[in-house]
Amino acid sequence: MLVELTVNGRRRTAENVWAGESLLYVLRERLGLRGSKNACEQGECGSCSVYMDGGLVCACLVSAGQAHGAEVVTVEGLAEGGRLHPIQQAYVVEGAVQCGFCTPGLIIATHQLLSENPDPSDDEIREALAGNLCRCTGYEKIIDAVRLAALEMSVI
Amino acid sequence: MEYLRPRTWSDAVALKTEDPSVVPINGGTDLMVEINFARRRPPALLDLSRLDEMKGWEKRNGSVELGAGVTYTRIIEELSTELPALAIASRTVGSPQIRNRGTVGGNLATASPAGDAHPPLLAAGASVRAESMRGARDIPIGEFFTGPKQNALEPDELIRSVVIPAARGPRQFSKVGTRNAMVIAVVSFALSLDLEERRVGTGIGSAGPTPIEAVEAQAYLEQELEAGGNWDHRRRPAPEVGERFAEMAASAASPIDDVRGAASYRTHALRIMAGRTLGWAWDEVVERGGEGRRQCW
Ligand SMILES: Cc1cc2nc3c(=O)[nH]c(=O)nc-3n(C[C@H](O)[C@H](O)[C@H](O)COP(=O)(O)OP(=O)(O)OC[C@H]3O[C@@H](n4cnc5c(N)ncnc54)[C@H](O)[C@@H]3O)c2cc1C
Ligand code: FES
Ligand code: FES
Repeated sequence: MLVELTVNGRRRTAENVWAGESLLYVLRERLGLRGSKNACEQGECGSCSVYMDGGLVCACLVSAGQAHGAEVVTVEGLAEGGRLHPIQQAYVVEGAVQCGFCTPGLIIATHQLLSENPDPSDDEIREALAGNLCRCTGYEKIIDAVRLAALEMSVI
Repeated sequence: MEYLRPRTWSDAVALKTEDPSVVPINGGTDLMVEINFARRRPPALLDLSRLDEMKGWEKRNGSVELGAGVTYTRIIEELSTELPALAIASRTVGSPQIRNRGTVGGNLATASPAGDAHPPLLAAGASVRAESMRGARDIPIGEFFTGPKQNALEPDELIRSVVIPAARGPRQFSKVGTRNAMVIAVVSFALSLDLEERRVGTGIGSAGPTPIEAVEAQAYLEQELEAGGNWDHRRRPAPEVGERFAEMAASAASPIDDVRGAASYRTHALRIMAGRTLGWAWDEVVERGGEGRRQCW
């Protein structure tokens, strides 16, 4: 089947999509957007987190057909004019990245949190990131990064 | 594999009736896992996620008709007053990503004994509205779960909605798991007190082949609250009553040992949870008692 969708503001088309395929597969393997990671394919790790029609979803659990006509934003869509988004910058500054596999999903989840709640408490941060697993950092640096991003974004 | 995109509910019903082997997909949070791991290869997917008819809810005659496609996130945001136990249970489902997609219709169709929507629906006395070209019918929730991951739907039927009496008194839900997020219930318990009809409702999850109602415990508590005048005075029942209720609720379950927990632990936890939810429920009754009774709920 043919799947047409908007990704990071651009109209994109994927052809010969198998009916059982996921949005994650379409993004990575058909559209060459490898930012969203494929780790568990069962909704547990959040490394495939993207926005679909404004909501945070696991791209591995959205069937490709369901993304037809949808508006998708991936981690590739956050930086503007070659400059990292303040959230990405905060992850770098705080050293919240080790292997980096979880990072794109966490950055999208952080973006979703801060767009709804610009000044989250630690509990709110933990709650919002509960669907994103990191095997390396122990999460403290990630939470530091979210706090820093919130601060930076409130200044802008 | 084919991909079917009906534009209306009646088109979806017609497609399912024509070929019952087509498999509906809504949030995909159960089904996509099966497909990703090649555990299921349905001949066709029937995409219900675009059907507006399934995405709404409506309050009528004291009940909420909840579209099968309403997500957990929306239940939390929109229905915490009418359906408090279902909203509490929804908060415990998966993660934000899962709650943004997962639906009660999908939870019911999967019919896992651990499904978190099930205990609150049992406690509230809900019914499942199923439809095919042969017609629509309401399946009482107590008859819906027929075995582990089995339900009373006919092969040509889709779930359109769930009809759930709105709360007329406190409703509570409690779930035990190994952590706070992203956890399948080791055991769960829901309680509903209907202060108008003077009825007690319960639902037990993950402690038997299907979700279970603790029928005898309900009858016992109703009787004691009547005899003790608690329905009238809104006073807390005696501690022995709560203890006996909790024991009876725990003994209604038939748990097994599995990777998530031992049967004896489940029975123990259930007793504690039944007692606690009753305590929380009466806290609410007492708190709101002074505010002029009926209109509180
Ligand atoms: C990481 C993760 C965590 C989870 N955590 C929890 C949890 O904490 N608690 C919990 O209860 N569940 C949990 N689940 C399971 C799942 O999210 C729920 O069961 C959810 O309610 C399924 O809804 P869905 O719309 O995504 O279903 P789908 O995956 O779209 O469908 C599930 C099944 O129902 C059928 N179906 C869907 N809609 C209908 C309909 N209207 N009529 C007839 N059949 C239909 C489908 O054919 C399929 O067989 C989790 C899943 C994942 C991946
Ligand atoms: S790859 Fe999608 S949640 Fe892990
Ligand atoms: S940095 Fe390695 S998984 Fe998070």
